[in-house]
Amino acid sequence: MLLVIEQLLNGLQLGVTLFLMSAGLTLVFGIMQVINLAHGSFYMIGAYVGATVTLHSGSFLLGLAAALLATAAVGMLVEVTVLRRLYKKDHVDQVLATFGLIMFFNELTRIIWGRQPLFMDVPSWLSGSVEIFPGITYPSYRIAVIGVGLLVALFLYLLFAYTRIGMQIRAGASNREMAGALGINIKMLYTLVFGLGTLLAGLAGVMAGPILAVEAGMGESILILTFVVIVIGGIGSVRGAFLGALLVGMVDTLGRAFLPTLLRLFLSPAYADGAAASLASMSIYILMATILVWKPRGLLPAHA
Amino acid sequence: MFRRLTRKTYVLSAGALLLLLLPSIMQLVDEPYLISLFSRILIYALAAVSLDLILGYGGMVSLGHAAFFGIGAYVVSIFSYHSFDGSPLLTWPLTLQGQENALLTWPAAMLTSAVLAAFIGALSLRTSGMHFIMITLAFAQMLYFFFVSLEAYGGDDGLSLMSRNTLAGLDLTNDTTFYYLCLTLLCTFLIIAYRLVHSRFGMVIRGSRDNAKRMQSLGFPIYRYKLVCFIIAGAAAGLAGALIANQTEYVSPGLMHWTRSGIILIMVLLGGTGTLFGPVLGAAAFLLLEEVLAIYTAHWMVYMGPFLILVVLFARHGLYGIIVGREKDNG
Amino acid sequence: MAEDLLRIVNLCKGFGAVQACNNLSLEIRAGELHAIIGPNGAGKTTLINLVSGDLLPDTGHIYLGDQEISQLPLHRRAHLGLARSYQITSVFPQLTVEENLLLAIQAHCGHSFRFWKSSNTDSQLRGELLPAIEQVGLTERAGIRAGNLSHGEKKQLEVGMALACKPRLLLLDEPMAGMGPGGTVELRKLITKLKQQMTILLVEHDVDAIFALADRITVLVYGEVVATGTPEEIRSNPAVREAYLGEEVQTC
Repeated sequence: MLLVIEQLLNGLQLGVTLFLMSAGLTLVFGIMQVINLAHGSFYMIGAYVGATVTLHSGSFLLGLAAALLATAAVGMLVEVTVLRRLYKKDHVDQVLATFGLIMFFNELTRIIWGRQPLFMDVPSWLSGSVEIFPGITYPSYRIAVIGVGLLVALFLYLLFAYTRIGMQIRAGASNREMAGALGINIKMLYTLVFGLGTLLAGLAGVMAGPILAVEAGMGESILILTFVVIVIGGIGSVRGAFLGALLVGMVDTLGRAFLPTLLRLFLSPAYADGAAASLASMSIYILMATILVWKPRGLLPAHA
Repeated sequence: MFRRLTRKTYVLSAGALLLLLLPSIMQLVDEPYLISLFSRILIYALAAVSLDLILGYGGMVSLGHAAFFGIGAYVVSIFSYHSFDGSPLLTWPLTLQGQENALLTWPAAMLTSAVLAAFIGALSLRTSGMHFIMITLAFAQMLYFFFVSLEAYGGDDGLSLMSRNTLAGLDLTNDTTFYYLCLTLLCTFLIIAYRLVHSRFGMVIRGSRDNAKRMQSLGFPIYRYKLVCFIIAGAAAGLAGALIANQTEYVSPGLMHWTRSGIILIMVLLGGTGTLFGPVLGAAAFLLLEEVLAIYTAHWMVYMGPFLILVVLFARHGLYGIIVGREKDNG
Repeated sequence: MAEDLLRIVNLCKGFGAVQACNNLSLEIRAGELHAIIGPNGAGKTTLINLVSGDLLPDTGHIYLGDQEISQLPLHRRAHLGLARSYQITSVFPQLTVEENLLLAIQAHCGHSFRFWKSSNTDSQLRGELLPAIEQVGLTERAGIRAGNLSHGEKKQLEVGMALACKPRLLLLDEPMAGMGPGGTVELRKLITKLKQQMTILLVEHDVDAIFALADRITVLVYGEVVATGTPEEIRSNPAVREAYLGEEVQTC
């Protein structure tokens, strides 16, 4: 029972991290109709900047602020210089150009920070554990991550439901021409949305810093998970991204944690562990395939 | 029209002659080790042409093509592993022993890739556009992680081959022989692909790229045609994989990592989509560029990245378009 | 007159709050040229899309002959003898005029899992190509990429491709839209000729052309049928004059 609750929280933590990644990206896909592979790079940039500033200043919050500023700034710069030229091009072109961006950013971080991964400490004021139920403790830092993720989800919900700019973004996501006809400054809106997306990716990156190793290429593994989330949730749908992120986070974490035990019920231990490892690593893709057969456009598609 | 035709014929014959004479030239300039680099180029060219069949002619932007490449490589290696180990590869539902004979393992590699392509294609082709890109990518990553966790065959570390496969009467360990074998297979596939894109089947594929809705209202059930095209491309990539396993005598999950799919895609775009010889040029250009840049800097990707962006923004027709003429070749 | 080739029964289709097709029933008799007119937003193109299979209805039925087709996919309907042209030209821009038509011919020449023989030199396909290309007057332009044709020529090709399918029922969605006067005359001649050979459902804005060509006319307003009848009946129908013709006269 203890283990189950702990793993559920781990799943939730992965889920909110994925939500931070996919919320911005799904908007970029939905609104600008551009496939951006380089989203993971902003996660990496966020982690690197956050780790470096934290190491030098000793303040995690300063590192966090710097990471957010840096990813939003770099994001908007990339949008203005490269992405903007890709909106009217084929998806293949977008894939190639953003792949080029990944190569560039990965190698650039290697040049600046070297090939050795950076390690980032959990800030001291979050280094303890919290007793969430009698007898069950969970690291404060991870709880903070979950809290931040849920707050961002709430913030996005309020942004889209109640503010003018949120409605403009939604209008843009469901109908580009219409949004243009309504007199919304599309160019400006695109840059802002892209900046918001990269900022959220940077937030995810800096929060993952103390949990994972900060290294070049760290953005790609989470990028693929982000894609799975977006496919499951439906392109352009932030609600879908939230649902998909939690699903993927849970299935991945619980699969890795409990599949070996589960399979040992049916198979010999040697076989069970091997099969469980394979199955666990494929579980979210199987989930994606299943949902795809059932709903090709995702669970909560934006363009219904 | 006529001038372009002659220019194309001229360029193609020159290219063919160069490829034919390459091993001798390398011997002459006393750089024989380069032959294996050129074998690599031919193998990647085969993978790139197969991708262009679905990408350039079929309009299906797959970012998971390396999955089929990697599977082909693994099939050959697993057969070879069991052949040396003496243990059976399968005991159920049928008994399968290890195998060294290329005439058996290479078709097996193609078949496995084709079956996999049928599965992945059947699911991904239910969607299109961005969904298709992400889904093919995700399935390829699924296979990547599957092989990473497959400890029996080396997991993350991969699997070494004891030796290259055997092929009746040929010494595949000889790099020159291997080079000519790769060249023959590439040319064979180019001919097949040429016939394919000009056949009725090819017309359906090209029509679906241009205007899927119109194809359906003309009466074509395009899903099944696209799926068959996807399977053919997958099988050809599987053959390329079988070759690369023999060439490097080593396989690892990295062969099917999505960045590998990206690189094959780059080759196609660099050379020119919707052309058959473009991807060959693209493969050569990419691998040679990588080789040359790597001499000067370990950080060659920091130059390659912006270079790709410039290609997209300014040289959309690829190398083939630059060399043979802007008008895209339909064959 | 002849029996009904197409029967539309209580068809409904909505897009959000807009009801583009509201409990619509309509019969198209075999051999007639049936025209649909109506103000912008009356649901004319939606109706064509529902019949052709580009859209699926929310409720209601469509029968081609005796067969219910309202849920069949596009390509199945094409094989039952439906062919259409699109309002916004829908050709294959990267293929030549000849290849465009060859594809249309190929569509009804059995399956296309033929991998080896070149379709350009396929005698079965080529045999039908010449009349098809002549019919729409594009013989001179055979080798040109469809993307490089003028707007009028694309429209002609569009109709040519629908014809190459040898349909029982031809659906034409504003074939004359955006055409110069010369092209319109040509197309009218062509449609007059086609009238002898097949049943046609025509959506068109050019009221003159419709009254000259159509055997029967249906007037559509807000997704509902206001009236159906011969051109004379429609001309003298007070409801139509109020709902459509009057307005049209003023705006033109």
